[in-house]
This record gives sequence, structure tokens and C-alpha cells, in this order.
Amino acid sequence: MEYGFAEQIGFRALTVLTFLPSVGALIMLLFMRKRPNAYKTTALVTALVTLALAVYMMTQFQTGTAEFQFQEDYRWIDSFGITFHLGVDGISMLLILLTAFLSVIAILGSWNYVTDRQLAFFVCLLVLETGMIGVFAAMDLFLFYVFWEVQLIPMYFLIGIWGGARRIYAAIKFFLYTFAGSVLMLVAIIGIVWWYTKDSGVTTFDIQTLQQAGFPYGVQALAFVGFFLAFAIKVPMFPFHTWLPDAHVEAPTAGSVLLAGVLLKMGVYGMIRFCIGFFPEVSVKAVPWVMILSVIGIIYGAAMSLIQADMKKLVAYSSVSHMGYVTAGLFAFNLQGIQGSVLQMINHGILTGALFQMVGFFYERSHTRLIKDYGGVAQPMPVAAALFSFFVLGSLGLPGLNGFVGEFLILVGIFQYKIVFAVLASVGLILGAAYLLWMYQRTMFQELRNKKWLKVSDLNAREIITLVPLVAAALFIGIYPAPVLNLLSAPAQTIVAQVQPYLAEHGSSLLKLASSLFGGN
Amino acid sequence: MGYIWLIPALPLAAFLITILFGKWFIKDSAHWLPILAMAGAFGLSVAALIQSWGAEEPYVLNLWQWFTSGDFQIPLALQLDQLSAVMCTTVTGVGLLIFIYSKGYMHGDPGYYRFFAYMSLFAFSMLMLVLAENYLLLYFGWEAVGLCSYYLIGFYYHKPSAAAAGKKAFLTNRVGDFGFGLGVMLIWTLVGTLSYSGVFDAVGAGEVSDSALVAIALLLFVGAMGKSAQFPLHVWLPDAMEGPTPVSALIHAATMVTAGVYMVARSSVIFASARPALIVVGIIGTFTAIYAASIGIAQNDIKRVLAYSTVSQLGYMFMALGVGAWVAAVFHLVTHAFFKALLFLGSGSVIHAMSGEQDMRRMGALRGKIKTTYWTFLMGALALSGIFPFAGFWSKDEILGMQFKGGGYIIWIVGLIAAFITAFYTFRAVFMTFWGNDRTDPEVGKHIHESPKSMIIPLGILAVLSVIAGLVIGLPPEGGLLHRFLEPVFQHANEILGVEHHGFGALDVVLMIVSVLVALSGIALAYLFYIRRPDELPQKAGKKAGWLYKGIANKWYMDEIYNVAIITPLVEGSRVIYKWFDVAVIDGLVNLAGRIWGGFGKMARPFQTGRVENYALIMFLAVVVIVAVVVL
Repeated sequence: MEYGFAEQIGFRALTVLTFLPSVGALIMLLFMRKRPNAYKTTALVTALVTLALAVYMMTQFQTGTAEFQFQEDYRWIDSFGITFHLGVDGISMLLILLTAFLSVIAILGSWNYVTDRQLAFFVCLLVLETGMIGVFAAMDLFLFYVFWEVQLIPMYFLIGIWGGARRIYAAIKFFLYTFAGSVLMLVAIIGIVWWYTKDSGVTTFDIQTLQQAGFPYGVQALAFVGFFLAFAIKVPMFPFHTWLPDAHVEAPTAGSVLLAGVLLKMGVYGMIRFCIGFFPEVSVKAVPWVMILSVIGIIYGAAMSLIQADMKKLVAYSSVSHMGYVTAGLFAFNLQGIQGSVLQMINHGILTGALFQMVGFFYERSHTRLIKDYGGVAQPMPVAAALFSFFVLGSLGLPGLNGFVGEFLILVGIFQYKIVFAVLASVGLILGAAYLLWMYQRTMFQELRNKKWLKVSDLNAREIITLVPLVAAALFIGIYPAPVLNLLSAPAQTIVAQVQPYLAEHGSSLLKLASSLFGGN
Repeated sequence: MGYIWLIPALPLAAFLITILFGKWFIKDSAHWLPILAMAGAFGLSVAALIQSWGAEEPYVLNLWQWFTSGDFQIPLALQLDQLSAVMCTTVTGVGLLIFIYSKGYMHGDPGYYRFFAYMSLFAFSMLMLVLAENYLLLYFGWEAVGLCSYYLIGFYYHKPSAAAAGKKAFLTNRVGDFGFGLGVMLIWTLVGTLSYSGVFDAVGAGEVSDSALVAIALLLFVGAMGKSAQFPLHVWLPDAMEGPTPVSALIHAATMVTAGVYMVARSSVIFASARPALIVVGIIGTFTAIYAASIGIAQNDIKRVLAYSTVSQLGYMFMALGVGAWVAAVFHLVTHAFFKALLFLGSGSVIHAMSGEQDMRRMGALRGKIKTTYWTFLMGALALSGIFPFAGFWSKDEILGMQFKGGGYIIWIVGLIAAFITAFYTFRAVFMTFWGNDRTDPEVGKHIHESPKSMIIPLGILAVLSVIAGLVIGLPPEGGLLHRFLEPVFQHANEILGVEHHGFGALDVVLMIVSVLVALSGIALAYLFYIRRPDELPQKAGKKAGWLYKGIANKWYMDEIYNVAIITPLVEGSRVIYKWFDVAVIDGLVNLAGRIWGGFGKMARPFQTGRVENYALIMFLAVVVIVAVVVL
């Protein structure tokens, strides 16, 4: 069975999908400079069409195979063996769907959010969407790197221009961190391509070819570090996380939604494709250390969330905690852990995206995000409070909603690796409930102290419309996750197969000592 | 029996419709749909109860595949056996009465529709919990009932104490669920399935090592301790009284808090194969029984007396489970559901009459003014105290009798002392509320009135049940209707434990007489304290008891201990780490790097030109050129 675009869908769907948002942005820039309603509508329609196409592709997608689908492969820069090669497997297809979905939500949610340089704002969002989809669709390492950098720029602008008071600081911090990661990754990319050229006489950036290369251990180790640091910053894993709270606090709502919803996932996606795909042996060696950092991240992020005074900062630190589950599940290297990990990326995108969206709605009304300025908001805004509690509950992993499915699979995965990590990660569930419910209690419940809230209106129809799809998605995955899990089954098996040969010598000697103390398999 | 999915589905439908349309459309008639749904669910539960009589194997209804990941295959499936049928009938039956009662009690509340919506959601969750076919679906119901409890405790969310109590309940339960979740993972890792039948077969076949079984049982029990408010995870239940009284009756007395008892009984095969864990269950239960009873003595809020009493009575149920007296535990669960719901609803009727007053020190002499409430409350009090032949007598006596006959004399004595205290605090409440001098605020006194019919009728029905339930399903002791009905469920566990069946003999009669005498002397002491010499004896005894009284009056300082040992260190420790590590160390290094690089000034420049559109356009054009080169 061939999985080229021609056989599956009949047109160059991935190219169209990737560049459609930018085409919309171009139309807005060229023809609608002075007409806000026109360009806003165009932005929304563009995002909706992109989403529709992504959904259509999903219906044509073949589950049960880990082959890349809808493949398009064009010559690009022949002298370096660089191709314009696109394709998706179950993991990237899902992440692209999430991207298209959240882009619509973000655009609709920020309809009236910015007044200054509005056109540029929506253009940035659409260009960002192109970058994000491109990252997930690229099958050429160079192309991946290009998209990786492309999405960096609009996000940098979103924070730096439409951000809060300390936006310059936050934007630069964001840029420096990710730029440092990018440089490391670039060095690693050049390194492995150079080695491959030397070894085989062929220069290529093709990801699948490089995955078959079988790099020697030393090359693996060095390049792994380069890739891993770049992605760990993006995720972000403890202790590379401090750009995230600042970026989130300063970013406009749409920026936060996409940052938390999609950009962080690019880090984990990179780990799956490159760290594990290229360097399975070193990845297995790294498991104990990744686990330790992940579990620290889970507990540390939760503890930091507990004491934040700013709601956005609280949700930002909670992302550190939640992404800790994702990396831990992935590196458990079993089906439950990996499927749970990817599913949890989607879940986190939905739930945290929704939480940021809602904090934005509250902020638009009150111009404050400090918890102490809230209290009793359920009285003037009952619908908002009800929806907010829904997403809070999803986020703390209530069974029946999506967060639980991902988290529980991850924990089952970690449990099989080593019980002690599952125990520690489970502590995060208690802390997660603590910081979320405490925040909810202090913001929505209790008496109404700040009289400002009395004049505030509840969510309007547009705002509710942006949230309802997220509610539906959270419920659907919570009650009937089978379709999503089936989609991830084959890619997860591939990952397990990649690392399987090395799993026998699982763990370093230090950790072996620990495991003999704590048990595990 | 394919209809059993309707039992939880009916309340779920009532919830969905009420929550979506209650605010704008249904409003003051929000009670009809939930009551009808509950009535339907009750009817179906009774049908299921009858149909499951004598069935050897549970009936399983597969709905759809829930989790599917490699070997981790968990269906969304319901299971009906005798135990779940008993639970369903109790939940829907008591629930229906409480729903009807709520129509009167919650009348005129601004959150009327919200109340009925959450109560319906609770009924759905609780029914899912007892009908689940596997541990993961049980876990779903388990946390979902906790969520409803959270919503309903914090029903008056504008009250800071109510909001705090809701959160406390959820978090304490999360601590329990932490253990429960790990237990579930351990089961799956060792057995490869989470379906009850699969797990119990594997355990019965000896596929799981003894030490692993003990670990599983203890982890599951941690969950039970949270949900069923056993020491030291009991602290949330008294605070849960912040919720409306029907909530306290349904969730925090009759049904949800018994989920832990249900779960241990459901896992009887595991616990029977893990003797050390079973002993822990018994010890924790026994200790909780007397510990909570002691606190009940010094409470002045009528609902808090009942709350500590609930904690204590749940302790009795675990005391029974600890010796493998599964049916006795379920028996007490059922009778307790009747008489404790009755007592709570009765206290609600008192509070209703007293315009919201809950402090018994400002009540008294109410028996003449609200007669029906008084008489029904008295039935409940006699049942709780264990007076012959009320329902609580039979179930509690069976538990104590089995301890004695099994050789657990210490537990038997502790249980008897707790029974004495129970009778004392129960009648302390009766006397302070209904007898003695009228201490009512004159303003309140003018408005005292009996509650409406919708409240009185459920009281009457529950009073009848509190009188006769024990006689109907519990006679003869250890061989009554309930025993015979539930036999297939616990057969396997009883074989593992080798429980002997003691016949009913002279010894039982002696034990019964002893326990009735103990209960009567508790009542007599309460009479002496609060009717004969109310002005001096309580104070005098309080002073004499010294540290003992101080401990009791301060709830043995458990909240304070948690604050000092866990909550404050956690919050303050996080603050310190945030300030000195996250901000100072990590960010300090990052900022230093930035400054060394000197990029800050340069990087800010693009923003100052103000023409971002142009940058975006340039960037975009570059992308277009690249694509054009490639595709064309």
C-alpha cells in the first residue's frame, strides 16, 4: 500500500494545509489593510477552512499503520540532498488537527482582544499556524528546522508587541531560551548529516533515511544532547522552564492558547521523532534521567502553581507539571506510556488552552489576573464559572473527562517501568487538585469582595462558542477515547520497536541500585 | 436484565436536562424530572433485585470499549449481582425519599434547579459506582461522587466556610484516591485485567503472591478510608455539613460515604486472601468507631453530632469487614442508610422549624411544637442507639456478636464502649433539642412550625423502615433474608477465610441483652446529664475529665495537626523555593546569560519601528518564494 497523497486524497493536501493560513494572511495584508471586519472574517474563515481540511484528511487517514501518509516529496536543494518532503503518521496527524482546532478557537477568542495593530495580530496568528503545521508535517530535517524557526518569529512578535507590561523582557527571554535550543539543535543536525555523508557518501536530510542510519554510540550521545536540550527547553522540562511563566503572563490570550496548546508539544514531538527515532540506544540510556527530571517537574510545577498570585502564572506552572507526565510517559517506553503521553498532549492542549482562554475572558472584563482581586465571580458570571469548573476538573484528571484517560495511561506506563516513579507522579495528582481547586475557590466562590465584578457581564455568545467545542472534545475523549487511542496504536508500537533492542540493559548502574531498593521490574 | 443501564441513565438524563434548561426554563419545577427519574431508577432496581435472586453468576452488560492500549483493555461495562442490586435499591430508595423531601426543604432557594441537577448527577455517579464491572469504572464513579459531594458541600458557595469545606472534602478524598489508584495499577500489572471476575479468579487461583495481595488490599483500603471517612482521613466529613441538609442525609450519611464499605465488600476475595490487611481494616474501623463517637459527645451543632456519628458507624462497618463479616457490614450499611437519613432529615426539619438555627444550646422543648418530627427523630435515635427491636439493634449486634464469637474480645469491648457513647450522645441530642427548657431565641420561637407534607412523608416512611428493617431482612441473626440473598457474592471469600457459621443460641441472647443494657445505660446517663441536672453535671464532668474533655472538645486537634504538619510546610516551602530557587537561581542565571550576551538592547529594536506588518510581509514573501521554487 502506498501512502502518497495521490492515492489517498487526490491532491497535495499537506502543502495546501500548511500554507493555507499564510495565503489567507497574504490576502488580508494585500487587500484589507483598513477594513477590520473584512480581515478578521478572512482570518476566521481561513482557519475554519484549514480545520475543515484537517478533519477531512483525518477521515481519509488509515489507522493501523505507522507509515507516513499523504506523502509529498519534491526536490528542493539538490546539492545538499534537501527535499521538500511532507507526510504524517497518527501522532502528527492528531497534533495537526489540534493545531487547526486551537487556531480557530484562538482567533475567535481574540476578536476584540487587541485594538492596536489588529491586522498584524491576526496575520501573526495565521503565519504561526503555518509554522506549527509545517513542523508536524515535515519529513525532512532541514525543512523541519525551517518551520521550527518560522513559528518562533510570530510568537516572538505576539508576546513582544501585544503583551503586557513586561513584554519586552518576556519576549527576549522566550527568544533567548528557544534560540539557544535552536542553535544546539542546528549543530546536532549538521553533525549527524555530516557523519552520515562521511559514512555512506550520500548527503541527505531525509528523516526516515536517517532513522535507519544506525549512528555509532558516540555520535548518538553528542547529538542526542543537542536535540534533547532544544526540545527540553520547548516542553519545557525542569529546570529549563522559567521562560514559560513570563511568556504566558505577558502574552495575549491567543498567544497563550497556542503556546500552551501547540508550541510546547513541538518539544515532545521532536523527542519522539529525533531523540528516540535517531538515537534509540542513547534514549534508553537516558530514561532514568528523563524520568527523574519529569517527576521533579510534575511535583515542582505543581508546588509552584500552588503559591502563584497571578492566574496565568498558575496555569503556566501547571503546564510544567502536566508536561512532566507527558515526557515521563513517553520515556516509559511501553504502549500505555507512549499512547497516554501523546493523548495527554492533545488533552493538555484542549484543557490548558481553554483555561488560558477563560482567564483571558476574565481579564478582558476586570483587567486583572491577580487571584486576590477575584472572589465570588460565580455570582455575576454563572455560565463562566460553570465552564471554568469544567476545565479545572478536566485538568485535575477527573475520570470521565479527557485528562484522566491520558494521565492514567501514563501512570500505568510508568508503573511498569518503576513503581517508585509512579508513586511520585501520583503525588502530582493530589497537588494538582489542590492548586486548581484552591484557585477556583478563591476566584469563583466565596463572597464578592471586589465591587468591580458587579458591573461585569457574563460570557457572550461568541465567547461561549469558542468554549463549547473544547467541552465537547474533553467529554468525547474522556468517555470514548478508543478512536484516538487506535490512531496512536501503530506509531506507539513503532516507537517501542525502535527502543526494544536496547531495553534489556535498561537504566544506569546508579538507578539499578535504586531499583533494587524500591522494586520495579 | 439488559435494562440495567437505564438505572444510572435516568438520573443522568435528569441531570443534563436540568443543568442545561433549569436556569431559564424549568426553574421552580426543577424537582419533577429528578424525582421521576429517581422513581424510575428505584423501580428498575427493585426489578433487578428480584431478578438477581439466586443467580450464581453476575450479569454483565458491555457498553463499549473505554481504554484500549496494548494489553490495557478496559470496557465500559456494568455488572449486576446481588450486592450491586442491594446497593442500587438502597441508593435509589433512600434517594427518592430525600429528593421528595428536598422539594419542601429547598423551596424558594435561588439555586433550586442547581440543587436538583447536582443531586441527580450524584445519583448517576453513585449508581455507576455500584454497577461498575471493573475497578477502573468503579474509580470513575468513585471520583464522580466525590465531585458531586464537592459541588453540594459548596452549594452555598458565597459562604467562605462552605467553599473551603468542599475543597477540603475533595482533597482529602484525593489523598485516599492516590492509594486507590496505585492499587488499581498494581492489580493490572500483576493480573492483566481489571474486571472483577477476572481479578477474583486470578486471586482465587493463587496467581498473585501473598505480599502483593496485602499491598493491593492496603492500597485499596486507603481509598476506602478517604471515601468512608476513616481515621485519619475523616476530617472532611464533619466540615461537609456546610452543605444543605438533604445532601448530608443522602451523600454524607446514607450512600456515598458507604462506598468504601461497598468496595471492600466487593473485593472480599482480595481482602480474604490478605489477612494482615484485613486486620488493619478491623483495627482502623474499631478505632474510628470509638474515636469519632467520643468527639460526638461535645458537639453542639445538631448536624455535627450526626456527622461524627456517621464516621463512628462507618467504623463499625469496617470492624465487621475486618473479621470477614461481609454481610453484617452490608446489613449495617443498609439499616444505617435508613436511620441516619431519617435523623438528618429530622434535623433538617428542626432546622427548618427554627429558621436555620443549628445550635442545640438554643433549642429545647420542641417535642410539643413539632410532634411528627419529634416522634420520627426518636425512632431514628433508638435505632442508632441499638435498642431492641429497632433496625440498628440487629445490625450492630450482629457485628459485635461476631467479634465476640470470633474471639476478638478487645474489639468487642471497644465496640460496646462505643455503643454506650453512641447512645449517650444520641440522646443528649434528643434531650437538648426536644426536651428540657425552652432556650429558643424568642424571635425564632414565634415562627416555629411543623414542616410541609413533602418533608413529613419521607420522615414517616424512613421511621417505619428504621423500626422494621432489621426484623424483616436480618432475622434470624447471621442467617436472615439478607444473608441468604447475598450468599453467592461472598461464597468465594468465605471459603478462603474458612468462616464458620455459628448458629443462633443462648450465647447470642446473652450478648444481645448485654448490648441493650449498655445502650440503655447510655441513654440513662444522658437523661441524668441533660434532663435531671443540666445546669451543673455537664460542666462538672467536663472539668473533672480535664485533658480528656479538652481533647474531645477540640476534635483531638486533627485539623491543627494537618495544618502544622502538611499544609503550612507545603505552602510556605513552595514559597521559599519559588523565591530562592526559581526566581533567584534559575532566572538569575538566565538573566546573567542574557546580559553577558548583550542582546537585550539590540533585540528590542524591531518593536520600536512600529511596522510589524512589513516584517510579517517580508517573512511571508520569503516563504512564498521558497515554496514557489520547490513546487514549480
